[in-house]
Amino acid sequence: MSTPLLPPEFAALEPYAATWCLATEPERWARRLASTMEELHAFYDAFFPRAEEAIAYLERFPLDDLPADAERLLQLLYSLLMVSYAVEVWKQPEVINAGSARIDRIREPRP
Amino acid sequence: MARFEKPAEGTWTEHYPELGTGLVSFEDSVSPAFYERERDAIFKQAWLYVGRVEELPRNGSYFTKELPGLKTSVLVARDMSGRVRAFHNVCRHRGNKLVWDGTPRAETCGSARQFVCKYHGWRYGLDGACTYVHQAGEFFDLRQDQLGLAPIHCDTWAGFVFVTLAREPRWTLRNYLGPMVGALEGYPFHRMTERYSFRAENNSNWKVFSDAFQEYYHVPPLHTHQLGPTREAQNPEYAFEAPHYQIDGPHRMVSTSGTHKHTWPREHLYPSEALTRSGNTGPWDAPDLGGPLPGVNPSGVKRWGIDNFQVFPNLEILIYERGWYVTYRYWPTAHNTHVFEGDLFFVPARTVRERLAHEYAALTFKEYGLQDAGTLDGTQMGLEQGAFREFLLNDQEVLVRHFHKTVNDWVAAHERAEAPVR
Repeated sequence: MSTPLLPPEFAALEPYAATWCLATEPERWARRLASTMEELHAFYDAFFPRAEEAIAYLERFPLDDLPADAERLLQLLYSLLMVSYAVEVWKQPEVINAGSARIDRIREPRP
Repeated sequence: MARFEKPAEGTWTEHYPELGTGLVSFEDSVSPAFYERERDAIFKQAWLYVGRVEELPRNGSYFTKELPGLKTSVLVARDMSGRVRAFHNVCRHRGNKLVWDGTPRAETCGSARQFVCKYHGWRYGLDGACTYVHQAGEFFDLRQDQLGLAPIHCDTWAGFVFVTLAREPRWTLRNYLGPMVGALEGYPFHRMTERYSFRAENNSNWKVFSDAFQEYYHVPPLHTHQLGPTREAQNPEYAFEAPHYQIDGPHRMVSTSGTHKHTWPREHLYPSEALTRSGNTGPWDAPDLGGPLPGVNPSGVKRWGIDNFQVFPNLEILIYERGWYVTYRYWPTAHNTHVFEGDLFFVPARTVRERLAHEYAALTFKEYGLQDAGTLDGTQMGLEQGAFREFLLNDQEVLVRHFHKTVNDWVAAHERAEAPVR
């Protein structure tokens, strides 16, 4: 058993942590496009019902001073939102009608 | 039946009679020759937005800005007296790019007391003066006091830093921006310092891309999903109307009534919209900005949502009723390519919940922006095919009409050596 990445309250989500605890949007975007809808659904279905609970947990900490496991839980929430577009809106990993267009996020706040 | 009242002339287009109502040529978007002409007539004459003053927090702060298509790197610095200055980012000695980090192709920023050329070690002060020549005694007739950096005209307005490559600018920045854009001075842009930045290289003329953000007529058919998750909401035949259009010289704006999703029943929302209380018009919970806010919603639209100011030639400022703003910039790099830059600005999040609302708004911007970018690739191809020479623009596309007319008027005026309409 490897070291847990997430707060103990969210141990059930550990199977997704190594894949989806990603610090930047370019990493999360690339992971979504490299995933199958089955994989995206599995993550979304496991996490979305607990998303509000995760937000409430994170609200106990100052945004600029999150413990490491809490920061990874926030990254997991960012990934959930990234995946939500594929699951809730497009029903596919790619944006509908995007063709070969790319828009790169080159700057974002941390964490 | 129109939902919003139109001007006394009956339409927005006829309210500005110089625009006409006829078919419009987009030759200006497919011609390599026109691209060259417009670069000289517009991009080397107009004031261009290069950054925010928040990027220069202290004396000695600097950033570089590449101007794609103009073969120009601008060095913007706050000197020791606090004045914001701009220079060509080029060493006087042998033309090396002066300030860069890692690669001369990337922009950089930082804080410095002086700038040192990596090549032969020449140094320059924050005021651009040459302060050190390595082995000065080896040169011939060296006049170090005449070897400063080449200045670029630079001014700031409402915290936006502008430059112009014109040797002698025809207008001060303030005169150039005029009363409509100028009225935004005093809007609390300076409080919105949390920034998400995006960059894209698109396969379309810069105007073809910009055109899509000057009208909302395309939103229901192209961005059907934006209307909501249910079949009844996703009606591509939904008729979009904007309540207000306004033109001031080369600049233009449109106010829209927005979607106000925070008032919608939950079944018409995507689950993540409800979770984050955010979406395509941004976070639902607005920061307290005090009030009233100057310059926005100039016609007093009752259910105001968004103002979209297009500052000629290539800056767009979108101001949202929920207290955040976005800028777009379009930099032509050929007749059929351009670099797009999009920046989202929020009052900094204090909590995880606020940050997630910002993150979801930033995600949404990219998801729907990709639909525009992908589709406009096809528009460029269609225009270049030459099947049709002239095109139709309706009253909700009045700003597209004004934009292309302004571009063509500026090129014609420049070539007659006259001042274009400001």
